[in-house]
Amino acid sequence: MAETSVSPTPLLKDELDIVIPTIRNLDFLEMWRPFFQPYHLIIVQDGDPSKVIKVPEGFDYELYNRNDINRILGPKASCISFKDSACRCFGYMVSKKKYIFTIDDDCFVAKDPSGKEINALEQHIKNLLTPSTPFFFNTLYDPYREGADFVRGYPFSLREGVPTAVSHGLWLNIPDYDAPTQLVKPRERNTRFVDAVLTIPKGTLFPMCGMNLAFNRELIGPAMYFGLMGDGQPIGRYDDMWAGWCMKVICDHLELGVKTGLPYIWHSKASNPFVNLKKEYKGIYWQEELIPFFQAATLTEECTTVQKCYIELSKQVRAKLGKVDDYFIKLADAMLTWIEAWDELNQAEGDSTELPNGAKK
Amino acid sequence: MAQVSIKDNEVDVVIGVLHADMTSFMEEWRPVFSRFHLIIIKDPDLKDELRIPEGFNLHVYTKSDIERVVRPSSASLLLSGYSCRYFGYLVSQKKYIISIDDDCIPARDSDGNLVDVVTQHVTNLTTPATPFFFNTLYDPYRKGADFVRGYPFSLRSGVTCALSCGLWLNLADYDAPTQALKPGQRNSRYVDAVLTVPAKVMMPVSGINIGFDREMVGPALLPALRLAREGNLRWETVEDIWCGMCLKVVCDHLRLGVKSGLPYVWRKERGDAIESLQKEWEGVKLMEEVVPFFQSVRLSRAAVTAEDCVVEIAEAVKQRLGPLDPVFARAAQAMVDWVKLWKVVRTQSPPSVA
Repeated sequence: MAETSVSPTPLLKDELDIVIPTIRNLDFLEMWRPFFQPYHLIIVQDGDPSKVIKVPEGFDYELYNRNDINRILGPKASCISFKDSACRCFGYMVSKKKYIFTIDDDCFVAKDPSGKEINALEQHIKNLLTPSTPFFFNTLYDPYREGADFVRGYPFSLREGVPTAVSHGLWLNIPDYDAPTQLVKPRERNTRFVDAVLTIPKGTLFPMCGMNLAFNRELIGPAMYFGLMGDGQPIGRYDDMWAGWCMKVICDHLELGVKTGLPYIWHSKASNPFVNLKKEYKGIYWQEELIPFFQAATLTEECTTVQKCYIELSKQVRAKLGKVDDYFIKLADAMLTWIEAWDELNQAEGDSTELPNGAKK
Repeated sequence: MAQVSIKDNEVDVVIGVLHADMTSFMEEWRPVFSRFHLIIIKDPDLKDELRIPEGFNLHVYTKSDIERVVRPSSASLLLSGYSCRYFGYLVSQKKYIISIDDDCIPARDSDGNLVDVVTQHVTNLTTPATPFFFNTLYDPYRKGADFVRGYPFSLRSGVTCALSCGLWLNLADYDAPTQALKPGQRNSRYVDAVLTVPAKVMMPVSGINIGFDREMVGPALLPALRLAREGNLRWETVEDIWCGMCLKVVCDHLRLGVKSGLPYVWRKERGDAIESLQKEWEGVKLMEEVVPFFQSVRLSRAAVTAEDCVVEIAEAVKQRLGPLDPVFARAAQAMVDWVKLWKVVRTQSPPSVA
């Protein structure tokens, strides 16, 4: 039976880091101040490291630019993208917290239909602290939300759910469209507030957007590598997609849940569709190969930790996608480098990412 | 996306009637139903005369009509209570069927507008479904929405949607234990979304508020799983849940889509959950076997129509679930009988009306 009590959502202020990639400035934090001020920020500065990023007063933060990334990772820094917001995953790696919330610097506080400002972080925390239900679809969406429950026909043996690893939020105003869609519909704005959170079923893939995303770093952190994008790479704007597909295959294997829906943020900036088209161009073709690859990817029983799953996945990327383009061989290498770097920086965690009774398919 | 124009003459609204006085039901639905042809099926166990207000284009079928068409006595037994509506599906000649329980009235959306349940179901059915990859902005064919970045272009034409599952405000479709534990809980959340339930994902389809493409999947909506002490409250049945899972397997196999979400209906207060706990407990127990079965059943390449699929599922039910409980063996037989009956009725001239 779903939880009925309405206790206040814990702040988790010492257990959650907010990771923000930026090249411009962090003025947007002013609007978020009432919600973000209690938390520690990890700012990953992309682009020119000599530029000084001004952080508004009163925030507790650490900031890393490219020089810092090179210094900390040494040769392994090659796996962190340059001149692309994919560099944010460096923030995941250096964080010491259990939860991560990541948000883009052009995302602001949205309002719900009653006009009330949405505390996106609070909703993400609610999503992460309540179970997911990937094995059977609940037609009333998240059964753990106040005012909802499992519907008739939902087996009782499945009502405990599984731990939630990822909470994927959405965006009002500028929707997250690809370049072709942006070109055809430059004026379309997302004005529809859908008051739902739902678990993405096991076996189902989705396009994960990194603009408004939270996850349990202890459960799934190593799978959240945002790939090789930007400078020197043949592709951009597929960082979060790549991470999302890898992550979902691993979550399905380890029986962890992924939620999507609330919270909404207000996405203010539409990037240039022509610039986007150049970045995405190869991705649009490659995703036709990538989706069947991920849909068919299976992990063996021996893959009992996220790292093991990820390493196994990288082998399959090399073997199968390497044929599509050499880029994927580089990416497979980078995936391994990422795991090595993650384990080095997170030595103290030890076996914390291994699930208690081992994962089986 | 382009506005969908509903061809009124392609739609039948099928109502299974368990309460003789239909006056308030029909008056509440008049703004929505008056355009369409209605098929009213009177529950054979209902003794009182139906009271239906004037001004509708409808046909009423009663026990005698059912017994004239449905000769094998087992099928006749199956068509009582909520299941009487299946007779309506059998005799309909239309492409789209919308079916609502007779204890539901129109809901209002967040702007206070009356929800036209028929138009929304038909819109869902006449726009593609996208079962092979999840779109995070829900139905991409809705006005103001689209496919998001990362959605493969080859999957953007979607597939035909064969089933549209609506939802309920006020009294949600909970089972008896859940409602008994939370007697005051009412669903007041209007979720403005339609989404495709992904392929290979099973779900509980509630019969309270559905629409489907009868030409594509008609025979797969069937009365089969009847509880020993089935009653006249939804939480005393699981027949629609069974039927819905068969239907999902059929749709997945035939590469048809299933959507869930809008439209909402307003479900009136009725019944005592604690009293019903006794009757439906059997159903709750059965779900533990039923769900894993449907999650794992596979159909052969030879099954290319809904009828073929139902027959194969029935065989699997008989083999795998039959030994567990006689209710399953009976369900398997009912499925096979229903498909035969469907074929017979299709080849005959339209049955005469009451």
